[in-house]
Amino acid sequence: MIWGVLQFPGSCDERDALHACEVHGDGARLVWHESRDLDGVDGIVVPGGFSYGDYLRAGAIARFSPAMEAVAEAAAGGAPVLGICNGFQVLCEAGLLPGALLRNVELRFRCHQVELIDERGGERLSIPAKHGEGRYYAPEEMLDELEGKGQVAYRYAEDHNSNGSVRDIAGVTNERGNVLGLMPHPEHAVDPLTGSTDGLAVFDRVARVAA
Amino acid sequence: MERALPALGFEGIEHVHVGRMVELEAEDPERLGELCEKLLANTLIEDYEIQTL
Repeated sequence: MIWGVLQFPGSCDERDALHACEVHGDGARLVWHESRDLDGVDGIVVPGGFSYGDYLRAGAIARFSPAMEAVAEAAAGGAPVLGICNGFQVLCEAGLLPGALLRNVELRFRCHQVELIDERGGERLSIPAKHGEGRYYAPEEMLDELEGKGQVAYRYAEDHNSNGSVRDIAGVTNERGNVLGLMPHPEHAVDPLTGSTDGLAVFDRVARVAA
Repeated sequence: MERALPALGFEGIEHVHVGRMVELEAEDPERLGELCEKLLANTLIEDYEIQTL
């Protein structure tokens, strides 16, 4: 499959995402935020960074970009969409994923390797995380509903939830499962050179659901 | 912030809250609520209050 990686002013992980998509799929290209046309890609990555400076709230402005309108349409049609870090925040602000991301507990920026558990198969993944606003939050009744419908995709393993996310949630999906967002960075874990290739499993997971 | 204040000699200050204030001029103040709901606030995690001057 061909992946498209959105690029906003302030994105900073789009190059690694592009590389990860090339390793995972059959090709990848960048899609500029002003483009309404996704250029025929099969799946989309909304990458990490600080889209539009994150001045109002993380992801709040990016959701109104022409490219995000196209992503919303593609997601409704069942295309795989993966939001990483700031991309996760953008997808939550856009209403494509439930919940929101708050400042980390103790207001500290966290940057380290974390271990995640895939809620479906119990697979344990080692992936880097780096964020200041990654504390997943949703009201209790929404959390119960998400868990009931199997929309919690990844949880932090014991002692790895350093941002204070509710119920150790690291990533969630939409009801259909084709839109997935998570705070840790799978695109930084696709080459043995950097210590882990577990990130590819995340790309696989969203691609497979949508297939 | 609350923890930093005593270190600077400001004792007895609690419930410190940092918020955001947006100032704007609007031709149609009736639509400000909609503006808050759509953009300025994420009502899942934020409250808002409109003051007209």
